[in-house]
Amino acid sequence: MDSQHRKKYWKENLKYLTILIFIWFVVSYGFGILFVDELNTIRMGGFKLGFWFAQQGSIYVFVLLIFVYVRLMNKLDKKYKLDE
Amino acid sequence: MDIQTWTFLIVGLTFALYIGIAIWTRAKSTKDFYVAGGGVSPLANGLATGADWMSAASFLGMAGIIAFSGYDGSVYLMGWTGGYVLLALLLAPYLRKFGKFTVPDFIGDRYYSNVARTVAVIAALFVSFTYVAGQMRGVGVVFSRFLDVEVNTGVYIGMAVVLFYAFLGGMKGITYTQVAQYCVLIFAFMVPAIFISLMATGNPIPQIGFGSAGEDGVYLLDKLDGLMTDLGFTAYTDGTKSTMDVFFITAALMMGTAGLPHVIIRFFTVPKVRDARKSAGYALLFIAILYTTAPAIAVFARTNLMETVQDTPYEEIPPWFTKWESTGLIAWTDKNGDGKIQYLPGSAIDGGQPQFVESRGSSGQRMISNASTSPNELYVDRDITVLANPEIANLPNWVIALVAAGGLAAALSTAAGLLLVISTSISHDLIKKQIAPDISDKKELWIARFSAMLAVIVAGYFGIHPPGFVASVVALAFGLAASSFFPAIVMGIFSKRMNREGAISGMVAGLAITCYYIARFKLGWIGNPETATEANWWWGISPEGFGTVGMLVNFLIAILVSRFTPAPPEDVQEIVENIRIPSGAGEAIGH
Repeated sequence: MDSQHRKKYWKENLKYLTILIFIWFVVSYGFGILFVDELNTIRMGGFKLGFWFAQQGSIYVFVLLIFVYVRLMNKLDKKYKLDE
Repeated sequence: MDIQTWTFLIVGLTFALYIGIAIWTRAKSTKDFYVAGGGVSPLANGLATGADWMSAASFLGMAGIIAFSGYDGSVYLMGWTGGYVLLALLLAPYLRKFGKFTVPDFIGDRYYSNVARTVAVIAALFVSFTYVAGQMRGVGVVFSRFLDVEVNTGVYIGMAVVLFYAFLGGMKGITYTQVAQYCVLIFAFMVPAIFISLMATGNPIPQIGFGSAGEDGVYLLDKLDGLMTDLGFTAYTDGTKSTMDVFFITAALMMGTAGLPHVIIRFFTVPKVRDARKSAGYALLFIAILYTTAPAIAVFARTNLMETVQDTPYEEIPPWFTKWESTGLIAWTDKNGDGKIQYLPGSAIDGGQPQFVESRGSSGQRMISNASTSPNELYVDRDITVLANPEIANLPNWVIALVAAGGLAAALSTAAGLLLVISTSISHDLIKKQIAPDISDKKELWIARFSAMLAVIVAGYFGIHPPGFVASVVALAFGLAASSFFPAIVMGIFSKRMNREGAISGMVAGLAITCYYIARFKLGWIGNPETATEANWWWGISPEGFGTVGMLVNFLIAILVSRFTPAPPEDVQEIVENIRIPSGAGEAIGH
């Protein structure tokens, strides 16, 4: 496999990683910690939104992020013919 | 049938199941023993990782910690789940592609150095021993609570069971027993949770239930906030920790999770790179079921406690109260002599645990000798949050027995995973890789079995004679994993320029500063213990959160040193190129 091909694959992978890690950071450290007081002024049913992100929402997003990553990478592997 | 009979029956059945699986999945080669032959399906590995990860502390303790700390408990919820995103995205697929047996294998080969390998082995042993001592103790405590045996007898029984399947099956035996243990523990956790949620809010899904309203139409969380602020507690949904500290603790737990060897090695057991990604997703999904239920249980339990006991005369208290009082998990002192229970902020006792005396008080309560001067009259052990759930919800006896089996499954599965890391570190990383590289596969397998046995005995010893600091060193285990393994592995994958000198000095610096801080402020071993107070913490960061600083120091030193030292050799750069490409992992597993 030529190195140009590998480099392009790696670059796309890094792009996905950056976006997903950014979301990971925002839902936990952002919504759940740094801006928790601001978000707590918004309500969702019986939950204050900041509290909900800290104890529920961030975890749901984490699970989702991994499965999105799995899908993206499976597609990427196929595109670069690196799947098995 | 009474609770005792049910408990013996259900616990006996689950143990028979674990032992049956162990006999069925005997290891025939070192590959079986270290990585279950590399043929575990992503789903099975996800289930096994879930059981491996969730310990007695997660099962029995976490809901309690959250119930008594409210928003501050979020650090554990986010910290112990968010790490899996890092694992899935930054570590697991590449380490699987690398295709060796252990974390020190990667560190040693990637940094072409036996010094790096040895630093990694020491860190792995230290982290795992710290962790496993608590688990063996946990096994003993669960036994003593549910089966009325001595804590030490419980530890012996737990040792015998773990030894059986770790010795016979290694990773293969452990993996398939963990799959069974996950099913037992999640069922045992969810059944009472669903019933309690139904009782409190009419909604069977606890995750939604705790954001709903009770019969009186008031949202549960608002009611709890109100109950607490009326009595002078901080509102449940507001924390008492500083934002800075919450941030750093969460980060330390996340990076620590991603760096824990017993979690990482689980991803060596799947056949392909894509399976490693997927099984990390399954693992987090299965963990999230328990971790999103725990905060709901916490709210139900805390509300129930405050409503039931506040200003209630001792004579009218429900039976679960007196039952757990008789086991020493609840203690009440009638400080103002009105015969009613007052539950207020502040510790009701001096020291960690109530010291019971023989006599009974005027209301019939058990008397203690170490009541504090605080107006708070009630001591409640946090573990009660999960333990007393089935009784509070009036569930049948078999559910209580099920909770016992679940607690044991959680403790045993985590202990087994850790013991495997310890035995592999000895037989593979030290003996095969450094002392006697020429030994045959068959011999190495036997050495692995005997190191597993040795590890069980040492862990059992720590379980029976727990070193005084064990309870407080979970922080240490996560801090050390965060400040050593996480940066070294991430840089090993994402930077081709990172070299031996950088990695070693980074790990040593990260470990050293984290150890120093915990010894100084948590254990009081260094410096004047009088000044080891919150006011003197660096930047207001607690010892629990300091692993994050250790990690940053590791990154910084490693990058700095590597710039002034030669780049890694060609063949190592080739390794890095290679692990970034997912195909061809199948053949890489052998040696």
